[in-house]
Amino acid sequence: MEQVPCTAESPAEGNAQKIKNIMSILIYAESADGKFKKVAFELASYAKTVADSLGTNVTAVTVNADNVSDLSKYGVSKVLKVSNDKLKNFNAKAYADVVKQAAQKESAKLILLSSTTDSLYLAPIVSIGLDAGFASNVVGLPVSTSPFQVKRNAFSNKAFNITEINTDVKVLSLAKNSYGLVENAASLAEEAFSPSLNDADFNVKVESVEKTTGKVTIADADIVVSGGRGLKGPENWHLLEDLAASLGAATACSKPVSDLGWRPHSEHVGQTGKPVAANLYVAVGISGAIQHIAGINSSKVKVVINTDADAPFFKVADYGIVGDALEILPRLTQKIKEFKAHNS
Amino acid sequence: MKILVCISHVPDTTSKINFVNGDTEFDTNGVQYVINPNDEFGLTRAIWFQEQQGANVTVVNVGGADAEATLRKALAIGANEAIRVNATPTDGFFVAKQLAEVAKSGGYDLIICGRESLDYNGGMVPGMLASLLDYNFVNSCTELTVDGSSAKAAREIDGGKETISAALPLVIGGQKGLVEEKDLRIPNMRGIMTARTKVLTVLEPVASNNNTKAVKFEKPAPKSAVKLFAADDLDGLVNALHNEAKVI
Repeated sequence: MEQVPCTAESPAEGNAQKIKNIMSILIYAESADGKFKKVAFELASYAKTVADSLGTNVTAVTVNADNVSDLSKYGVSKVLKVSNDKLKNFNAKAYADVVKQAAQKESAKLILLSSTTDSLYLAPIVSIGLDAGFASNVVGLPVSTSPFQVKRNAFSNKAFNITEINTDVKVLSLAKNSYGLVENAASLAEEAFSPSLNDADFNVKVESVEKTTGKVTIADADIVVSGGRGLKGPENWHLLEDLAASLGAATACSKPVSDLGWRPHSEHVGQTGKPVAANLYVAVGISGAIQHIAGINSSKVKVVINTDADAPFFKVADYGIVGDALEILPRLTQKIKEFKAHNS
Repeated sequence: MKILVCISHVPDTTSKINFVNGDTEFDTNGVQYVINPNDEFGLTRAIWFQEQQGANVTVVNVGGADAEATLRKALAIGANEAIRVNATPTDGFFVAKQLAEVAKSGGYDLIICGRESLDYNGGMVPGMLASLLDYNFVNSCTELTVDGSSAKAAREIDGGKETISAALPLVIGGQKGLVEEKDLRIPNMRGIMTARTKVLTVLEPVASNNNTKAVKFEKPAPKSAVKLFAADDLDGLVNALHNEAKVI
């Protein structure tokens, strides 16, 4: 019997068979400007593993994505491809309607979404539309499929919570970077899908969109380089930006730095700022207030550079250097450049 | 304009997170509770609407009697009245369902929630509430103005922001930006005194499905100690990031 990694008791054979028969899986594969986000492939990877354990397949629904074939690399075997100019800008209610109708068409019992700003906007609406129980911030494969239990982040990454979903249809959102990419090629069937949208779906109107272009965003970045008061002033920020450029990283800052106006609020990461779940988080001149740590703690590897060896960040970091940021940054940038030159 | 501000009563960020009863319940022992930070930005914005545009502000919480201290704090900050739905919240759907009942009977024009609470980090109540009510909904809302029956809002998106217009009634999932941190208010003595005489209504919950339930909690495995490199050993750091952590 195939089984999702399971710490609870295995379900009875008959029960498992029943689940296999009913639990088809739909993912919403998010794209921007026609291109899939990395989290869409992560979600597909996750869904494929769950689908294999249940003996079912993964169907994806996409909105205005150009080329959907990449999804098959990560195990998606069917795509419902929605192309509609009305959906050019993200609109939560309309997109939720798309996902809901796709789920109904496929009789999907498990609907999976990512944890981007847009997908987190969508998921609760989808769950109400489908009378589905919803678990967000999911960080691993189901702990058990009967009853259906998942592990999720809670208490600002200070604890996990095992949540049981009791409804027939279930909605999950997968925390970013919690599963990773797993290639698992499947043959892909594409199908044009035209859900019926009504005017009420567009009652919330997008008037304008401002997006920084040509910069890695904090949300999409694998590596985030973040600066605090230890950088001594906005005039030194280029040192941090140079390091970020050498790593292909996004830049961010601590709350005091945005409060002082050294950097815009949009770069503030932490509990009341943006959350960071990167592969690598480099904190430069940041002491590590508990509110800051709460926002960045789901990052995989954390590096701290700080003059104060007693700074709380050293307690949560994986690697650290006690030293002056302004002196270390240019040398570190140089080392990274040399490393990249040798390893590319 | 009638505004309903939904308030979560959550452990302060600095609280020790522990569990009891075989890791099935949060250990409230010694925990300091606060207004959920995202809700506090929304509450402060609501008070701004009250002062500038004559709005009436009701705060609501779904919780036990212990949450009344948090509601009184919101009253001391300036809310006109408070409602507590007398129930232990079991999941986000349960809370949204209770709030939808309160919203329907109160006829509010604007319902302000925080984008996410500090405790369960579900981020689901605002969207569920808007869907149950079939009201317009803006999540991750960082700016909000209201003119007559229409609202303009800004929403944080990955890498930028969106400007949005929507008719009332409207539900938002708010966050920092609605007001800045420096605009948050600490209750003054007069506010605290007045809050004692403001109306706090206790309602009984309506029946709800138990769509999900938290069955158990776990704490992350203890972290190993930081690996330190000397300031002149940057090669050591780069090497560790490449060969050991495999992140570059």
